[in-house]
Amino acid sequence: MSRMPGTDAAAARGWLAAHKWLLARRVSQLGILTLFLLGPWVGLWIVKGNLNFSYTLNFLPLTDPYVLLQSLAAQRIPATRALTGAGIVLAFYLLVSGRVYCSWVCPLNMVTDAAAWLRTRLGIKGGAQISRRARYWILAMTLVLAGVTGTIAWELVNPVSMLHRGLIFGVGAAWAVVLAVFLLDLFVMKNGWCGHLCPVGAFYGLLGHVSPLRVSAVQRSQCNDCMDCFEVCPEPQVIRPALKAVGGASPVILAANCTNCGRCIDVCSKQVFAFGLGRGERQKPAPEVVAGVVPAGKS
Amino acid sequence: MAAESEVKADVARRRFLVDAARTACGVALLGLGLGLYARQARALPPAAIRPPGAGAEKDFLGACIRCGLCVRDCPYKILELAKPEEPVATGTPFFVARRLACEMCEDIPCVKACPTGALDQKLTDINNARMGLAVLVDHETCLNYLGLRCDVCYRVCPLIDKAITLEPQVNERTGRHTLFIPTVHSDKCTGCGKCERGCPLEVAAIKVFPVQMAKGELGRHYRLGWVEKEKAGKSLIEEQGIIELPKRMPEAPLPPDAPSSAPLGKPFVPHALQGDRL
Ligand code: SF4
Ligand code: SF4
Ligand code: SF4
Ligand code: SF4
Repeated sequence: MSRMPGTDAAAARGWLAAHKWLLARRVSQLGILTLFLLGPWVGLWIVKGNLNFSYTLNFLPLTDPYVLLQSLAAQRIPATRALTGAGIVLAFYLLVSGRVYCSWVCPLNMVTDAAAWLRTRLGIKGGAQISRRARYWILAMTLVLAGVTGTIAWELVNPVSMLHRGLIFGVGAAWAVVLAVFLLDLFVMKNGWCGHLCPVGAFYGLLGHVSPLRVSAVQRSQCNDCMDCFEVCPEPQVIRPALKAVGGASPVILAANCTNCGRCIDVCSKQVFAFGLGRGERQKPAPEVVAGVVPAGKS
Repeated sequence: MAAESEVKADVARRRFLVDAARTACGVALLGLGLGLYARQARALPPAAIRPPGAGAEKDFLGACIRCGLCVRDCPYKILELAKPEEPVATGTPFFVARRLACEMCEDIPCVKACPTGALDQKLTDINNARMGLAVLVDHETCLNYLGLRCDVCYRVCPLIDKAITLEPQVNERTGRHTLFIPTVHSDKCTGCGKCERGCPLEVAAIKVFPVQMAKGELGRHYRLGWVEKEKAGKSLIEEQGIIELPKRMPEAPLPPDAPSSAPLGKPFVPHALQGDRL
Protein backbone atom coordinates (compact mmCIF):
# COMPACT_ATOMS: atom_id res chain seq x y z
CA MET A 1 0.00 0.00 0.00
CA SER A 2 1.42 3.39 -0.96
CA ARG A 3 1.56 6.62 0.90
CA MET A 4 -1.37 8.78 -0.17
CA PRO A 5 -0.79 12.39 -1.20
CA GLY A 6 -2.22 14.71 1.42
CA THR A 7 -1.08 12.65 4.41
CA ASP A 8 1.21 15.47 5.53
CA ALA A 9 -1.47 18.06 4.98
CA ALA A 10 -3.96 16.09 7.05
CA ALA A 11 -1.38 15.78 9.82
CA ALA A 12 -0.52 19.46 9.67
CA ARG A 13 -3.96 20.98 9.24
CA GLY A 14 -6.44 18.29 10.22
CA TRP A 15 -8.36 15.84 8.01
CA LEU A 16 -11.30 18.13 7.33
CA ALA A 17 -9.16 21.09 6.24
CA ALA A 18 -7.12 18.78 4.02
CA HIS A 19 -10.26 17.52 2.27
CA LYS A 20 -12.26 20.74 2.14
CA TRP A 21 -12.39 21.15 -1.63
CA LEU A 22 -12.77 17.47 -2.26
CA LEU A 23 -15.82 17.41 -0.02
CA ALA A 24 -17.18 20.57 -1.62
CA ARG A 25 -16.82 18.95 -5.05
CA ARG A 26 -18.59 15.80 -3.99
CA VAL A 27 -21.42 17.88 -2.53
CA SER A 28 -21.64 19.74 -5.82
CA GLN A 29 -21.52 16.61 -8.01
CA LEU A 30 -23.95 14.62 -5.90
CA GLY A 31 -26.16 17.67 -5.31
CA ILE A 32 -26.57 18.27 -9.04
CA LEU A 33 -27.25 14.59 -9.59
CA THR A 34 -29.82 14.63 -6.78
CA LEU A 35 -31.61 17.59 -8.35
CA PHE A 36 -31.94 15.56 -11.55
CA LEU A 37 -33.06 12.47 -9.63
CA LEU A 38 -35.69 14.16 -7.45
CA GLY A 39 -38.08 14.13 -10.39
CA PRO A 40 -37.99 10.48 -11.37
CA TRP A 41 -37.52 9.26 -7.79
CA VAL A 42 -39.90 11.32 -5.68
CA GLY A 43 -41.81 13.28 -8.30
CA LEU A 44 -40.29 16.63 -7.42
CA TRP A 45 -39.65 18.14 -10.84
CA ILE A 46 -37.20 20.95 -10.15
CA VAL A 47 -34.92 19.88 -12.98
CA LYS A 48 -36.00 17.89 -16.03
CA GLY A 49 -33.79 16.28 -18.61
CA ASN A 50 -30.10 15.49 -18.32
CA LEU A 51 -26.75 17.21 -18.77
CA ASN A 52 -27.24 17.45 -22.53
CA PHE A 53 -30.21 19.69 -21.95
CA SER A 54 -32.08 20.45 -18.77
CA TYR A 55 -35.03 22.62 -17.97
CA THR A 56 -35.09 23.99 -14.44
CA LEU A 57 -38.46 25.02 -12.98
CA ASN A 58 -39.83 25.15 -16.52
CA PHE A 59 -37.92 28.37 -16.86
CA LEU A 60 -34.15 28.01 -17.10
CA PRO A 61 -32.81 26.14 -20.15
CA LEU A 62 -29.27 24.78 -19.92
CA THR A 63 -27.73 23.09 -22.94
CA ASP A 64 -24.40 21.33 -23.28
CA PRO A 65 -22.68 23.54 -25.89
CA TYR A 66 -20.58 20.61 -27.10
CA VAL A 67 -23.53 18.44 -28.06
CA LEU A 68 -25.16 21.45 -29.69
CA LEU A 69 -21.97 22.14 -31.65
CA GLN A 70 -22.14 18.58 -32.96
CA SER A 71 -25.74 19.15 -34.00
CA LEU A 72 -24.61 22.28 -35.87
CA ALA A 73 -21.80 20.28 -37.47
CA ALA A 74 -24.49 17.84 -38.60
CA GLN A 75 -26.05 20.81 -40.44
CA ARG A 76 -29.03 21.21 -38.15
CA ILE A 77 -30.01 24.58 -36.73
CA PRO A 78 -31.35 24.01 -33.22
CA ALA A 79 -34.43 25.87 -31.95
CA THR A 80 -34.12 28.96 -29.78
CA ARG A 81 -34.53 27.28 -26.42
CA ALA A 82 -31.58 24.98 -26.97
CA LEU A 83 -29.47 27.87 -28.30
CA THR A 84 -30.35 30.09 -25.32
CA GLY A 85 -29.40 27.28 -22.96
CA ALA A 86 -26.05 26.86 -24.67
CA GLY A 87 -25.41 30.60 -24.43
CA ILE A 88 -26.02 30.58 -20.68
CA VAL A 89 -23.78 27.57 -20.12
CA LEU A 90 -21.01 29.03 -22.31
CA ALA A 91 -21.07 32.31 -20.41
CA PHE A 92 -20.92 30.49 -17.08
CA TYR A 93 -17.93 28.35 -17.98
CA LEU A 94 -16.07 31.21 -19.63
CA LEU A 95 -16.37 32.91 -16.25
CA VAL A 96 -15.43 30.07 -13.92
CA SER A 97 -13.17 28.15 -16.36
CA GLY A 98 -14.49 25.40 -18.59
CA ARG A 99 -13.12 22.40 -16.82
CA VAL A 100 -15.05 23.27 -13.70
CA TYR A 101 -17.54 21.11 -15.55
CA CYS A 102 -15.17 18.18 -15.16
CA SER A 103 -14.41 18.46 -11.49
CA TRP A 104 -17.63 19.93 -10.12
CA VAL A 105 -20.43 18.64 -12.37
CA CYS A 106 -19.50 15.61 -14.46
CA PRO A 107 -20.75 12.38 -12.86
CA LEU A 108 -18.03 10.33 -14.51
CA ASN A 109 -15.42 12.31 -12.57
CA MET A 110 -16.38 10.44 -9.41
CA VAL A 111 -15.64 7.19 -11.22
CA THR A 112 -12.27 8.31 -12.59
CA ASP A 113 -11.36 9.92 -9.25
CA ALA A 114 -12.08 6.61 -7.56
CA ALA A 115 -9.88 4.83 -10.09
CA ALA A 116 -7.06 7.33 -9.55
CA TRP A 117 -7.35 6.95 -5.78
CA LEU A 118 -7.26 3.16 -5.97
CA ARG A 119 -4.37 3.28 -8.41
CA THR A 120 -2.29 5.33 -5.98
CA ARG A 121 -3.40 3.19 -3.06
CA LEU A 122 -2.38 -0.01 -4.80
CA GLY A 123 0.80 1.59 -6.10
CA ILE A 124 0.05 0.73 -9.73
CA LYS A 125 2.63 2.43 -11.91
CA GLY A 126 3.30 2.88 -15.60
CA GLY A 127 1.01 1.82 -18.42
CA ALA A 128 0.12 3.00 -21.89
CA GLN A 129 1.62 6.18 -23.30
CA ILE A 130 -0.91 8.36 -25.02
CA SER A 131 -0.43 12.05 -25.63
CA ARG A 132 -2.60 14.42 -23.64
CA ARG A 133 -3.26 16.08 -26.96
CA ALA A 134 -5.14 12.98 -28.15
CA ARG A 135 -8.35 14.43 -26.68
CA TYR A 136 -8.23 17.37 -29.11
CA TRP A 137 -7.85 14.97 -32.00
CA ILE A 138 -10.83 13.04 -30.70
CA LEU A 139 -12.77 16.27 -30.25
CA ALA A 140 -12.05 17.22 -33.87
CA MET A 141 -12.91 13.69 -34.97
CA THR A 142 -16.34 13.83 -33.31
CA LEU A 143 -17.14 17.09 -35.08
CA VAL A 144 -15.97 15.79 -38.45
CA LEU A 145 -17.97 12.64 -37.90
CA ALA A 146 -21.09 14.66 -37.12
CA GLY A 147 -20.56 16.50 -40.39
CA VAL A 148 -19.94 13.37 -42.43
CA THR A 149 -22.74 11.23 -41.01
CA GLY A 150 -25.17 14.09 -40.44
CA THR A 151 -25.87 12.62 -37.00
CA ILE A 152 -24.54 13.26 -33.52
CA ALA A 153 -22.41 10.15 -33.74
CA TRP A 154 -20.38 10.67 -30.57
CA GLU A 155 -23.54 10.42 -28.46
CA LEU A 156 -23.79 6.78 -29.47
CA VAL A 157 -20.82 5.97 -27.26
CA ASN A 158 -20.19 9.01 -25.02
CA PRO A 159 -19.61 7.51 -21.53
CA VAL A 160 -20.31 10.87 -19.85
CA SER A 161 -23.85 11.29 -21.10
CA MET A 162 -24.42 7.52 -20.98
CA LEU A 163 -23.75 7.50 -17.26
CA HIS A 164 -25.76 10.61 -16.48
CA ARG A 165 -28.67 9.64 -18.68
CA GLY A 166 -28.42 6.10 -17.38
CA LEU A 167 -28.73 7.17 -13.76
CA ILE A 168 -31.81 9.26 -14.54
CA PHE A 169 -33.57 7.31 -17.30
CA GLY A 170 -32.37 3.75 -16.64
CA VAL A 171 -28.85 2.41 -16.89
CA GLY A 172 -29.09 -0.59 -19.20
CA ALA A 173 -25.67 -1.63 -20.44
CA ALA A 174 -24.19 1.83 -19.79
CA TRP A 175 -22.62 0.42 -16.62
CA ALA A 176 -20.30 -1.68 -18.78
CA VAL A 177 -19.00 1.41 -20.55
CA VAL A 178 -18.47 3.16 -17.21
CA LEU A 179 -16.69 0.10 -15.87
CA ALA A 180 -14.45 0.13 -18.93
CA VAL A 181 -13.46 3.72 -18.17
CA PHE A 182 -12.78 2.80 -14.55
CA LEU A 183 -10.57 -0.13 -15.51
CA LEU A 184 -8.75 1.96 -18.12
CA ASP A 185 -7.88 4.54 -15.48
CA LEU A 186 -7.00 1.93 -12.90
CA PHE A 187 -4.79 -0.42 -14.89
CA VAL A 188 -3.97 1.00 -18.30
CA MET A 189 -3.00 4.60 -17.65
CA LYS A 190 -3.18 7.23 -14.95
CA ASN A 191 -5.97 9.73 -15.61
CA GLY A 192 -6.41 7.96 -18.93
CA TRP A 193 -9.95 9.04 -19.65
CA CYS A 194 -10.27 12.58 -18.27
CA GLY A 195 -6.66 13.57 -18.85
CA HIS A 196 -6.04 12.10 -22.29
CA LEU A 197 -9.12 10.96 -24.19
CA CYS A 198 -12.39 12.61 -23.17
CA PRO A 199 -13.49 15.08 -25.89
CA VAL A 200 -16.11 16.57 -23.58
CA GLY A 201 -13.37 17.66 -21.20
CA ALA A 202 -11.26 18.80 -24.15
CA PHE A 203 -14.13 20.98 -25.34
CA TYR A 204 -14.68 22.53 -21.92
CA GLY A 205 -10.92 22.97 -21.59
CA LEU A 206 -11.05 25.30 -24.58
CA LEU A 207 -13.33 27.54 -22.51
CA GLY A 208 -10.67 27.92 -19.83
CA HIS A 209 -8.48 30.49 -21.53
CA VAL A 210 -10.05 33.68 -20.24
CA SER A 211 -11.70 32.92 -16.92
CA PRO A 212 -10.62 35.03 -13.94
CA LEU A 213 -11.27 32.26 -11.39
CA ARG A 214 -7.94 30.47 -10.98
CA VAL A 215 -5.92 28.50 -8.52
CA SER A 216 -2.74 30.28 -7.64
CA ALA A 217 0.49 29.13 -5.99
CA VAL A 218 0.49 32.29 -3.91
CA GLN A 219 2.89 30.97 -1.29
CA ARG A 220 5.13 29.19 -3.72
CA SER A 221 8.20 30.18 -1.73
CA GLN A 222 6.93 27.82 0.98
CA CYS A 223 6.94 24.75 -1.30
CA ASN A 224 8.96 21.89 0.18
CA ASP A 225 8.91 19.73 -2.95
CA CYS A 226 6.88 16.94 -1.41
CA MET A 227 5.29 16.48 -4.87
CA ASP A 228 1.87 15.74 -3.38
CA CYS A 229 0.17 18.29 -5.60
CA PHE A 230 1.70 16.72 -8.71
CA GLU A 231 0.62 13.32 -7.49
CA VAL A 232 -2.99 14.28 -6.84
CA CYS A 233 -3.56 16.67 -9.75
CA PRO A 234 -5.37 15.16 -12.73
CA GLU A 235 -3.46 17.55 -15.02
CA PRO A 236 -0.07 17.83 -13.26
CA GLN A 237 1.58 19.56 -16.20
CA VAL A 238 -0.38 22.74 -15.40
CA ILE A 239 1.21 23.20 -11.97
CA ARG A 240 4.91 23.44 -12.81
CA PRO A 241 5.03 26.83 -14.56
CA ALA A 242 3.19 28.54 -11.73
CA LEU A 243 4.79 26.72 -8.83
CA LYS A 244 8.35 26.81 -10.14
CA ALA A 245 8.10 30.25 -11.76
CA VAL A 246 9.16 28.76 -15.10
CA GLY A 247 10.28 31.62 -17.35
CA GLY A 248 9.15 34.11 -14.74
CA ALA A 249 5.57 32.88 -14.84
CA SER A 250 3.14 34.38 -12.37
CA PRO A 251 2.01 32.10 -9.52
CA VAL A 252 -1.44 31.88 -11.08
CA ILE A 253 -2.13 28.55 -12.78
CA LEU A 254 -3.14 29.81 -16.20
CA ALA A 255 -3.23 26.56 -18.16
CA ALA A 256 -6.78 26.04 -19.39
CA ASN A 257 -6.72 22.40 -18.41
CA CYS A 258 -6.58 23.15 -14.69
CA THR A 259 -9.96 21.82 -13.60
CA ASN A 260 -10.24 24.17 -10.60
CA CYS A 261 -10.78 21.12 -8.46
CA GLY A 262 -8.73 22.46 -5.58
CA ARG A 263 -7.08 19.14 -4.79
CA CYS A 264 -3.67 20.82 -4.83
CA ILE A 265 -4.95 23.27 -2.21
CA ASP A 266 -6.17 20.35 -0.11
CA VAL A 267 -3.07 18.19 -0.20
CA CYS A 268 -0.46 20.89 0.36
CA SER A 269 0.81 20.91 3.94
CA LYS A 270 2.41 24.32 3.38
CA GLN A 271 -0.78 25.98 2.09
CA VAL A 272 0.99 27.07 -1.06
CA PHE A 273 -2.17 27.14 -3.20
CA ALA A 274 -5.36 29.15 -2.95
CA PHE A 275 -8.28 30.08 -5.19
CA GLY A 276 -8.05 33.62 -6.46
CA LEU A 277 -9.55 36.05 -8.95
CA GLY A 278 -7.58 37.58 -11.77
CA ARG A 279 -5.08 36.07 -14.17
CA GLY A 280 -1.94 37.54 -12.58
CA GLU A 281 0.97 39.35 -14.15
CA ARG A 282 4.04 37.82 -15.66
CA GLN A 283 6.84 38.53 -13.19
CA LYS A 284 10.54 39.02 -13.26
CA PRO A 285 11.79 36.11 -11.18
CA ALA A 286 12.26 38.00 -7.94
CA PRO A 287 15.29 36.84 -5.94
CA GLU A 288 13.35 35.70 -2.88
CA VAL A 289 10.99 33.63 -5.06
CA VAL A 290 13.91 31.88 -6.71
CA ALA A 291 15.38 31.25 -3.30
CA GLY A 292 12.07 29.75 -2.24
CA VAL A 293 12.13 27.23 -5.05
CA VAL A 294 15.43 25.79 -4.03
CA PRO A 295 14.92 23.16 -1.35
CA ALA A 296 16.05 25.82 1.11
CA GLY A 297 12.44 25.95 2.27
CA LYS A 298 12.66 22.34 3.42
CA SER A 299 12.61 22.08 7.16
CA MET B 1 27.91 22.35 -28.41
CA ALA B 2 25.74 23.88 -31.09
CA ALA B 3 25.74 20.64 -33.09
CA GLU B 4 24.73 18.66 -30.03
CA SER B 5 21.76 20.86 -29.25
CA GLU B 6 20.77 20.69 -32.90
CA VAL B 7 20.78 16.92 -32.76
CA LYS B 8 18.73 17.09 -29.59
CA ALA B 9 16.21 19.40 -31.22
CA ASP B 10 16.08 17.05 -34.18
CA VAL B 11 15.37 14.07 -31.99
CA ALA B 12 12.73 16.01 -30.11
CA ARG B 13 11.12 17.10 -33.36
CA ARG B 14 11.14 13.57 -34.68
CA ARG B 15 9.60 12.23 -31.49
CA PHE B 16 6.93 14.92 -31.65
CA LEU B 17 6.07 14.03 -35.24
CA VAL B 18 5.98 10.31 -34.52
CA ASP B 19 3.76 10.93 -31.49
CA ALA B 20 1.44 13.15 -33.49
CA ALA B 21 1.23 10.61 -36.31
CA ARG B 22 0.53 7.81 -33.87
CA THR B 23 -2.22 9.75 -32.14
CA ALA B 24 -3.73 10.83 -35.44
CA CYS B 25 -3.79 7.25 -36.73
CA GLY B 26 -5.33 5.94 -33.55
CA VAL B 27 -8.01 8.59 -33.54
CA ALA B 28 -8.68 8.09 -37.25
CA LEU B 29 -9.23 4.37 -36.64
CA LEU B 30 -11.54 5.18 -33.75
CA GLY B 31 -13.41 7.61 -35.98
CA LEU B 32 -13.75 5.04 -38.72
CA GLY B 33 -15.20 2.50 -36.31
CA LEU B 34 -17.58 5.02 -34.81
CA GLY B 35 -18.58 6.24 -38.27
CA LEU B 36 -19.50 2.74 -39.40
CA TYR B 37 -21.40 2.18 -36.18
CA ALA B 38 -23.21 5.50 -36.70
CA ARG B 39 -24.26 4.40 -40.17
CA GLN B 40 -25.69 1.20 -38.78
CA ALA B 41 -27.42 3.05 -35.98
CA ARG B 42 -29.31 5.03 -38.59
CA ALA B 43 -31.37 1.96 -39.45
CA LEU B 44 -34.32 2.07 -37.11
CA PRO B 45 -35.72 -1.35 -36.19
CA PRO B 46 -39.29 -1.77 -37.45
CA ALA B 47 -40.83 -1.92 -33.97
CA ALA B 48 -39.33 1.38 -32.80
CA ILE B 49 -41.54 4.36 -33.55
CA ARG B 50 -40.36 7.95 -33.11
CA PRO B 51 -42.50 10.53 -31.26
CA PRO B 52 -44.78 12.85 -33.27
CA GLY B 53 -43.00 15.50 -35.32
CA ALA B 54 -39.74 13.59 -35.80
CA GLY B 55 -38.51 13.93 -39.37
CA ALA B 56 -36.54 11.43 -41.44
CA GLU B 57 -34.30 9.28 -39.27
CA LYS B 58 -31.03 10.90 -40.41
CA ASP B 59 -32.32 14.42 -39.75
CA PHE B 60 -33.68 13.35 -36.40
CA LEU B 61 -30.34 11.86 -35.33
CA GLY B 62 -28.61 15.12 -36.23
CA ALA B 63 -31.06 17.27 -34.31
CA CYS B 64 -32.06 15.29 -31.22
CA ILE B 65 -29.64 15.93 -28.36
CA ARG B 66 -30.95 13.00 -26.30
CA CYS B 67 -32.25 15.10 -23.42
CA GLY B 68 -35.43 13.16 -22.72
CA LEU B 69 -37.65 16.21 -22.23
CA CYS B 70 -40.21 14.66 -24.59
CA VAL B 71 -40.14 11.49 -22.49
CA ARG B 72 -40.77 13.52 -19.35
CA ASP B 73 -43.64 15.55 -20.71
CA CYS B 74 -45.57 12.66 -22.25
CA PRO B 75 -48.49 12.30 -19.83
CA TYR B 76 -49.03 8.65 -20.78
CA LYS B 77 -45.38 7.69 -20.31
CA ILE B 78 -45.21 5.84 -23.60
CA LEU B 79 -41.80 7.19 -24.63
CA GLU B 80 -38.43 5.94 -23.49
CA LEU B 81 -34.80 6.78 -24.24
CA ALA B 82 -32.86 4.01 -25.96
CA LYS B 83 -30.37 2.24 -23.75
CA PRO B 84 -26.95 1.39 -25.21
CA GLU B 85 -27.84 -2.27 -25.73
CA GLU B 86 -31.07 -1.52 -27.60
CA PRO B 87 -31.01 -1.46 -31.41
CA VAL B 88 -32.03 2.21 -31.49
CA ALA B 89 -29.48 5.07 -31.47
CA THR B 90 -28.39 5.45 -27.83
CA GLY B 91 -30.34 8.03 -25.87
CA THR B 92 -32.95 8.80 -28.51
CA PRO B 93 -36.69 8.65 -27.73
CA PHE B 94 -38.99 6.01 -29.19
CA PHE B 95 -41.97 3.91 -28.35
CA VAL B 96 -43.04 0.37 -29.11
CA ALA B 97 -46.66 0.44 -30.18
CA ARG B 98 -47.43 -3.10 -29.05
CA ARG B 99 -46.35 -2.08 -25.54
CA LEU B 100 -47.97 1.35 -25.34
CA ALA B 101 -49.44 3.36 -28.17
CA CYS B 102 -49.42 7.14 -28.56
CA GLU B 103 -52.62 8.69 -27.19
CA MET B 104 -52.44 11.54 -29.70
CA CYS B 105 -52.71 14.36 -27.15
CA GLU B 106 -54.40 17.39 -28.64
CA ASP B 107 -51.79 19.80 -27.22
CA ILE B 108 -48.87 17.49 -28.19
CA PRO B 109 -46.79 18.07 -25.03
CA CYS B 110 -43.86 15.98 -26.31
CA VAL B 111 -43.35 18.29 -29.27
CA LYS B 112 -43.76 21.38 -27.09
CA ALA B 113 -41.11 20.07 -24.70
CA CYS B 114 -38.47 19.51 -27.37
CA PRO B 115 -35.83 22.26 -27.10
CA THR B 116 -34.05 21.57 -30.36
CA GLY B 117 -36.82 21.24 -32.91
CA ALA B 118 -35.93 17.58 -33.47
CA LEU B 119 -39.66 17.21 -32.94
CA ASP B 120 -41.00 19.78 -35.36
CA GLN B 121 -42.70 22.69 -33.59
CA LYS B 122 -44.71 23.31 -36.74
CA LEU B 123 -46.75 20.22 -35.93
CA THR B 124 -49.74 21.75 -34.16
CA ASP B 125 -52.49 19.35 -35.21
CA ILE B 126 -51.73 15.85 -33.96
CA ASN B 127 -53.82 14.42 -36.80
CA ASN B 128 -51.04 15.53 -39.13
CA ALA B 129 -48.44 13.49 -37.27
CA ARG B 130 -46.77 10.73 -39.26
CA MET B 131 -45.03 8.64 -36.61
CA GLY B 132 -45.36 5.53 -38.71
CA LEU B 133 -47.85 3.75 -40.90
CA ALA B 134 -50.07 0.83 -39.95
CA VAL B 135 -50.05 -2.19 -42.23
CA LEU B 136 -52.25 -5.26 -41.96
CA VAL B 137 -49.31 -7.57 -42.43
CA ASP B 138 -50.81 -10.98 -41.84
CA HIS B 139 -53.87 -11.91 -43.84
CA GLU B 140 -53.73 -15.48 -42.59
CA THR B 141 -54.32 -14.78 -38.92
CA CYS B 142 -56.33 -11.54 -38.96
CA LEU B 143 -59.70 -12.55 -37.55
CA ASN B 144 -61.60 -10.36 -39.98
CA TYR B 145 -59.84 -12.07 -42.87
CA LEU B 146 -60.95 -15.38 -41.37
CA GLY B 147 -64.51 -14.13 -41.60
CA LEU B 148 -65.11 -13.06 -38.00
CA ARG B 149 -66.13 -9.58 -36.91
CA CYS B 150 -63.26 -8.71 -34.59
CA ASP B 151 -62.93 -5.13 -35.85
CA VAL B 152 -60.80 -4.12 -32.88
CA CYS B 153 -58.14 -2.26 -34.89
CA TYR B 154 -60.86 -0.37 -36.68
CA ARG B 155 -62.77 0.46 -33.48
CA VAL B 156 -59.75 1.72 -31.51
CA CYS B 157 -58.41 3.95 -34.25
CA PRO B 158 -58.64 7.63 -33.18
CA LEU B 159 -59.31 8.44 -36.83
CA ILE B 160 -61.88 5.69 -37.35
CA ASP B 161 -63.35 5.64 -40.86
CA LYS B 162 -60.62 7.98 -42.06
CA ALA B 163 -57.29 6.30 -41.30
CA ILE B 164 -58.82 2.83 -41.25
CA THR B 165 -61.98 1.55 -42.91
CA LEU B 166 -63.63 -1.84 -43.27
CA GLU B 167 -63.90 -2.80 -46.92
CA PRO B 168 -66.52 -5.49 -47.73
CA GLN B 169 -65.35 -8.40 -49.83
CA VAL B 170 -67.00 -11.69 -50.75
CA ASN B 171 -66.10 -14.57 -48.47
CA GLU B 172 -65.04 -17.10 -51.11
CA ARG B 173 -64.87 -19.90 -48.54
CA THR B 174 -68.55 -19.85 -47.56
CA GLY B 175 -69.70 -18.23 -50.76
CA ARG B 176 -72.46 -16.33 -48.96
CA HIS B 177 -70.85 -14.16 -46.32
CA THR B 178 -68.91 -10.92 -46.40
CA LEU B 179 -65.39 -10.29 -45.14
CA PHE B 180 -64.79 -6.86 -43.65
CA ILE B 181 -61.20 -6.16 -44.47
CA PRO B 182 -59.46 -3.57 -42.24
CA THR B 183 -57.86 -1.17 -44.71
CA VAL B 184 -55.39 1.54 -43.70
CA HIS B 185 -55.21 4.81 -45.62
CA SER B 186 -51.75 6.32 -45.58
CA ASP B 187 -52.95 9.87 -46.15
CA LYS B 188 -54.69 9.83 -42.76
CA CYS B 189 -52.92 7.23 -40.59
CA THR B 190 -50.77 8.97 -37.93
CA GLY B 191 -48.95 5.81 -36.87
CA CYS B 192 -50.10 6.13 -33.27
CA GLY B 193 -50.11 2.36 -32.93
CA LYS B 194 -53.53 1.96 -31.28
CA CYS B 195 -54.50 -0.74 -33.77
CA GLU B 196 -51.35 -2.77 -33.21
CA ARG B 197 -51.70 -2.39 -29.45
CA GLY B 198 -55.37 -3.41 -29.60
CA CYS B 199 -55.14 -6.44 -31.89
CA PRO B 200 -56.27 -9.39 -29.73
CA LEU B 201 -54.00 -11.96 -31.40
CA GLU B 202 -50.93 -13.34 -29.64
CA VAL B 203 -48.87 -11.50 -32.19
CA ALA B 204 -50.60 -8.55 -33.82
CA ALA B 205 -51.72 -9.04 -37.41
CA ILE B 206 -51.68 -5.27 -37.93
CA LYS B 207 -48.43 -3.47 -37.21
CA VAL B 208 -47.09 0.05 -37.35
CA PHE B 209 -43.82 0.52 -39.20
CA PRO B 210 -41.67 3.55 -39.89
CA VAL B 211 -43.29 5.18 -42.93
CA GLN B 212 -40.46 4.58 -45.39
CA MET B 213 -40.58 0.92 -44.52
CA ALA B 214 -44.33 0.57 -44.90
CA LYS B 215 -45.01 2.70 -47.93
CA GLY B 216 -44.55 1.74 -51.55
CA GLU B 217 -43.86 4.25 -54.26
CA LEU B 218 -45.01 4.22 -57.90
CA GLY B 219 -42.49 4.86 -60.64
CA ARG B 220 -42.58 8.55 -61.50
CA HIS B 221 -43.64 7.83 -65.08
CA TYR B 222 -46.74 5.95 -64.00
CA ARG B 223 -50.06 7.55 -64.93
CA LEU B 224 -53.28 6.18 -63.53
CA GLY B 225 -55.82 6.23 -66.31
CA TRP B 226 -58.76 6.92 -64.06
CA VAL B 227 -57.02 9.80 -62.34
CA GLU B 228 -55.96 11.32 -65.66
CA LYS B 229 -59.49 10.89 -66.93
CA GLU B 230 -60.88 12.77 -63.96
CA LYS B 231 -58.31 15.54 -64.37
CA ALA B 232 -58.99 15.95 -68.08
CA GLY B 233 -62.72 15.57 -67.65
CA LYS B 234 -62.81 12.92 -70.36
CA SER B 235 -61.15 9.73 -71.38
CA LEU B 236 -57.81 10.26 -73.08
CA ILE B 237 -57.77 7.06 -75.08
CA GLU B 238 -61.36 6.33 -76.05
CA GLU B 239 -61.24 8.39 -79.23
CA GLN B 240 -58.12 6.55 -80.34
CA GLY B 241 -60.00 3.28 -80.23
CA ILE B 242 -58.21 0.15 -79.14
CA ILE B 243 -54.46 0.45 -79.64
CA GLU B 244 -52.78 -2.27 -81.60
CA LEU B 245 -49.87 -3.47 -79.47
CA PRO B 246 -46.78 -4.86 -81.20
CA LYS B 247 -46.45 -8.63 -80.84
CA ARG B 248 -43.47 -9.49 -78.67
CA MET B 249 -41.74 -12.80 -78.35
CA PRO B 250 -39.70 -13.55 -75.23
CA GLU B 251 -36.37 -13.22 -77.04
CA ALA B 252 -37.42 -10.61 -79.57
CA PRO B 253 -35.63 -7.25 -79.42
CA LEU B 254 -37.63 -4.27 -78.22
CA PRO B 255 -39.26 -2.25 -80.99
CA PRO B 256 -37.08 0.79 -81.66
CA ASP B 257 -39.68 3.30 -80.38
CA ALA B 258 -40.41 1.45 -77.16
CA PRO B 259 -40.33 3.79 -74.18
CA SER B 260 -37.57 2.91 -71.76
CA SER B 261 -38.50 3.21 -68.12
CA ALA B 262 -35.07 4.19 -66.85
CA PRO B 263 -33.35 7.31 -68.20
CA LEU B 264 -30.29 6.35 -70.20
CA GLY B 265 -27.08 5.85 -68.26
CA LYS B 266 -28.72 5.69 -64.84
CA PRO B 267 -29.11 2.15 -63.57
CA PHE B 268 -32.29 1.48 -61.66
CA VAL B 269 -31.73 1.60 -57.90
CA PRO B 270 -34.65 0.53 -55.75
CA HIS B 271 -35.56 3.33 -53.36
CA ALA B 272 -35.60 0.97 -50.42
CA LEU B 273 -31.84 0.65 -50.76
CA GLN B 274 -31.02 4.32 -50.94
CA GLY B 275 -29.26 5.93 -47.99
CA ASP B 276 -31.25 6.00 -44.80
CA ARG B 277 -34.15 4.31 -46.46
CA LEU B 278 -32.58 0.94 -45.92
S1 SF4 C 1 -3.99 22.43 -10.59
FE1 SF4 C 1 -5.08 22.05 -8.70
S2 SF4 C 1 -7.12 22.78 -9.11
FE2 SF4 C 1 -6.10 22.56 -11.09
S3 SF4 C 1 -6.62 20.53 -11.74
FE3 SF4 C 1 -4.69 20.35 -10.69
S4 SF4 C 1 -5.23 19.88 -8.57
FE4 SF4 C 1 -7.08 20.60 -9.59
S1 SF4 D 1 -48.86 12.85 -28.44
FE1 SF4 D 1 -49.17 12.54 -26.23
S2 SF4 D 1 -49.19 10.33 -25.95
FE2 SF4 D 1 -48.32 10.70 -27.96
S3 SF4 D 1 -46.11 10.75 -27.57
FE3 SF4 D 1 -46.82 12.87 -27.51
S4 SF4 D 1 -47.24 13.26 -25.37
FE4 SF4 D 1 -47.10 11.03 -25.59
S1 SF4 E 1 -37.10 16.48 -26.42
FE1 SF4 E 1 -36.31 16.63 -28.52
S2 SF4 E 1 -34.09 16.71 -28.29
FE2 SF4 E 1 -34.89 15.96 -26.35
S3 SF4 E 1 -34.86 13.73 -26.53
FE3 SF4 E 1 -36.91 14.39 -27.18
S4 SF4 E 1 -36.71 14.63 -29.40
FE4 SF4 E 1 -34.63 14.56 -28.59
S1 SF4 F 1 -57.48 -6.16 -34.40
FE1 SF4 F 1 -56.11 -7.64 -35.30
S2 SF4 F 1 -57.35 -9.45 -35.62
FE2 SF4 F 1 -58.70 -7.77 -35.23
S3 SF4 F 1 -59.27 -7.06 -37.19
FE3 SF4 F 1 -57.59 -5.82 -36.56
S4 SF4 F 1 -55.80 -6.86 -37.33
FE4 SF4 F 1 -57.46 -8.28 -37.47
